Amino acid sequence: MMGSENADGFEETNLNAQREEMENLDLGVDGDAGGDDPLKKSVVNGDTSNSGYRSAMSTVSNVRDPLSPPPTVMIPADSDPLLAPPSSYEDFRSFGSKPISSDNSYIEPPSYADVIFSPFDENSDSEINGAEDSSLHSQFSDSLSRSPSSSSDYIKITVSNPQKEQETSNSIVGGNTYITYQITTRTNLPDFGGQSEFSVRRRFRDVVTLADRLAESYRGFCIPPRPDKSVVESQVMQKQEFVEQRRVALEKYLRRLSAHPVIRNSDELKAFLQVQGKLPLQLSTDVASRMLDGAVKLPKQLFGEGGASAVPVHEVVQPAKGGRDLLRLFKELRQSVSNDWGGAKPPVVEEDKEFLEKKEKMHDLEQQIINASQQAESLVKAQQDMGETMGELGLAFIKLTKFENEEAASNAQRIRANDMKNLATAAVKASRFYRELNSQTVKHLDTLHEYLGMMMAVQGAFADRSSALLTVQTLLSELPSLQARVEKLEAASSKVFGGDKSRIRKIEELKETIKVTEDAKNVAIREYERIKENNRSEVERLDKERRADFMNMMKGFVVNQVGYAEKMGNVWAKVAEETSQYDREKQSS
Amino acid sequence: MESTEQPRSISGSMQSPRSPSLQPYLSVSVTDPVKLGNGVQAYISYRVITKTNLPEYQGPEKIVIRRYSDFVWLRDRLFEKYKGIFIPPLPEKSAVEKFRFSAEFIEMRRAALDIFVNRIALHPELQHSEDLRTFLQADEETMDRFRFQETGIFKKPADLMQMFRDVQSKVSDAVLGKEKPVEETTAAYEKLKHYIFELENHLAEAQKHAYRLVKRHRELGQSLLDFGKAVKLLGACEGEPTGKAFSDLGTKSELLSIKLQKEAQQVLMNFEEPLKDYVRYVQSIKATIAERGTAFKQHCELAETTKLKEINLDKLMLTRSDKVGEAEIEYREIKAESEEATRRFERIVTRMEEEIVRFQEQKTEEMGVAFHQFAKGQARLACSIADAWKSLLPKLEASSAV
Repeated sequence: MMGSENADGFEETNLNAQREEMENLDLGVDGDAGGDDPLKKSVVNGDTSNSGYRSAMSTVSNVRDPLSPPPTVMIPADSDPLLAPPSSYEDFRSFGSKPISSDNSYIEPPSYADVIFSPFDENSDSEINGAEDSSLHSQFSDSLSRSPSSSSDYIKITVSNPQKEQETSNSIVGGNTYITYQITTRTNLPDFGGQSEFSVRRRFRDVVTLADRLAESYRGFCIPPRPDKSVVESQVMQKQEFVEQRRVALEKYLRRLSAHPVIRNSDELKAFLQVQGKLPLQLSTDVASRMLDGAVKLPKQLFGEGGASAVPVHEVVQPAKGGRDLLRLFKELRQSVSNDWGGAKPPVVEEDKEFLEKKEKMHDLEQQIINASQQAESLVKAQQDMGETMGELGLAFIKLTKFENEEAASNAQRIRANDMKNLATAAVKASRFYRELNSQTVKHLDTLHEYLGMMMAVQGAFADRSSALLTVQTLLSELPSLQARVEKLEAASSKVFGGDKSRIRKIEELKETIKVTEDAKNVAIREYERIKENNRSEVERLDKERRADFMNMMKGFVVNQVGYAEKMGNVWAKVAEETSQYDREKQSS
Repeated sequence: MESTEQPRSISGSMQSPRSPSLQPYLSVSVTDPVKLGNGVQAYISYRVITKTNLPEYQGPEKIVIRRYSDFVWLRDRLFEKYKGIFIPPLPEKSAVEKFRFSAEFIEMRRAALDIFVNRIALHPELQHSEDLRTFLQADEETMDRFRFQETGIFKKPADLMQMFRDVQSKVSDAVLGKEKPVEETTAAYEKLKHYIFELENHLAEAQKHAYRLVKRHRELGQSLLDFGKAVKLLGACEGEPTGKAFSDLGTKSELLSIKLQKEAQQVLMNFEEPLKDYVRYVQSIKATIAERGTAFKQHCELAETTKLKEINLDKLMLTRSDKVGEAEIEYREIKAESEEATRRFERIVTRMEEEIVRFQEQKTEEMGVAFHQFAKGQARLACSIADAWKSLLPKLEASSAV
């Protein structure tokens, strides 16, 4: 859903022209608005980090006022996310935040209209207003931030300045071109060696590497998913739109990583953020070359004896899938099939009922988050449409007003023109309020989108656990068969007089294999337990964070709604006042 | 038959029914829509209740049953007989079949018909119309007879529009000097025509957006409902206290959805409908302008013909022809017709001047009311939205403190 398009098929150019007209109209006392933000003119599709979940909401949220600088404003990481950078709203005049008229019978003080984070409030002249603003700001700020140590340590990452670079190559054709991004980190964390601000240049491939290394090092953790690799032609890769989308996605990803209490201290992330020049992490190789390498090893494994068939202990701690060990892959696959289809219970069963329940719950939760985020999008669209139509209505009445005034041949016409003007002014104001309300709503409800990404991370963590368990099961099931072979050989060998040299040799090799396999099994079990514990603590942490974030989201959403509803109520109450002589309910019949 | 004496002003249904019976009053209401007939033949009938103390009417109260086409008959008759007066407009015949019998549509139509009749009853000239009396009093059979008689005689709207276009094109032709103008070209009248034309465009656009706004209210209401439901389901997945918070949020959202649907209906009835009525009124004025054009043309042509006949007569008199007698009779007839045409035209002009003043005042009043109700409705809606969400905040605060 392209959120910026009016469902009635209103031509975009027409709307644009109308908007400009609206902005340039002299609305009399209240002053006209300055340059407007093309809030809905963005064609950015949103980042692809959670493919398929982005649409209208991100379209609205990703637009920035072209007059504002790129988001490199330094804001403490835990501060209130609602605070918009002041510079974006320079052009708005103080509009709706005038102190409420005392004769307004609809709203009673204290009102949220005064303290809602509206761009108009930036220029509000009342000192009291300002003080109230900031005190309530900070009050909300505290309750909105969830980290206990809100201002003591922070890390803020920004991604900017995409540039085209060329691979150095000896070929005649020259190397491929690719895009690099500037990654700027501002932090006061001690781990970064006391540096407070530094930048590196990275390309997307480096991000993939980072993500893969983290996945290996932090099995069982809920690692935020990285932005998708996009399967598009190189021409599209260079398009501004795509580059911008990716920049935004990268920034979000890195910020999420740095928000994770454990991963933010990881060597991998540090290296990524700090080390100049080439990224000092082992490159991920593609699946094809891994398979090739594995294919080379396989015959030796199949036909060789002894140690070659045992899984090297250090590799046990990695899942089979990522590695080059085809034989291991094969064995674990066989094991998983026997788990699913075989009659016998695997030696170690996922007996943790709690885990299974949790997994189920997580799945349900994910479904509901998807649903809620879809409905949130619809809500955003409906608010947007309401604001648009209100604005168009106001504009139509403004034209009518001008017309009647020009053609006025009677007093009745002039009075009517004046009434219309009041209505039109209010409608235009209300329309602006809807737009602002909506851009704030998007920021709040975006939390739902964020957590869709985190659900994927949880799935990843659970998958780590499952694959570790599979490794354990595979190794466990190997041991009995190895034992059996040894016993058979020993029985056969004992029947031979003077010893059976070749059999004895085989027995010794097998015993060696058994020992290695035992060690591997123990390591695998330890690894599995470790991952289980990671799972548990991560899910606990995530649950807590998610709940806190959802609470904040709700509070922010509700406060926002209240504030703007009050503002709009004021505006309309004023018109009702101005047209009170037409109040037929009061007249005696 | 039109009354040529100064009409008494009759108070209409806007006045208190308890006003002293000495003062003449005529009060009408259109009520009780009932669906009659089956299938394609089905239609809505209304009860028209007349309360009056006028001698021309049978008794203090009369109730008759009328249907939409009876109202059309009345409008057409008045249009034909009271040229120059802006006949109050009727609501459109509904196009969409399934909408024809929806409760909303029926109510809107009933209200519009009520306004229609009352405007006639309040108009200083129209209120004395015999056709009005017929409409308000005749029994249903008589009414049916009248209605069937009149089809085909009076011009359909399409014809009126064609005439009006002719008027327009002739005006531009005159401006371009193409042919001898058979249209009024006084500056004041030109200005009026231009005003009416432009006004219709502006109003139509405003009404279009007002209608869309009604839709937006409904859409926002729907999305709040869906959002509320989704959020409640989400809450069911989360433990306390987040679950409860989501549940409260969802409930509030559903509540507000209902308020929005209600407001949508209010905006439709109290804001969009008056705007539509305004547009219809302007279209009625355009029809009157077309009539004036026709009358002017007739007046010019007959005046022209009379002059020719006079010249001819003089010529014949000079030559002492035996055709003089005939010619004289012809001349006198034509002259009478011409004077009648001129009188008709001038009456239209006078009426229109008064009507324009009435129209402007009436519209300022009616629009003022519409604006006021709209603003009040929006203010109330915004208020209740603010209150509803506000009431949630203490609960949210309490939940997050846990």
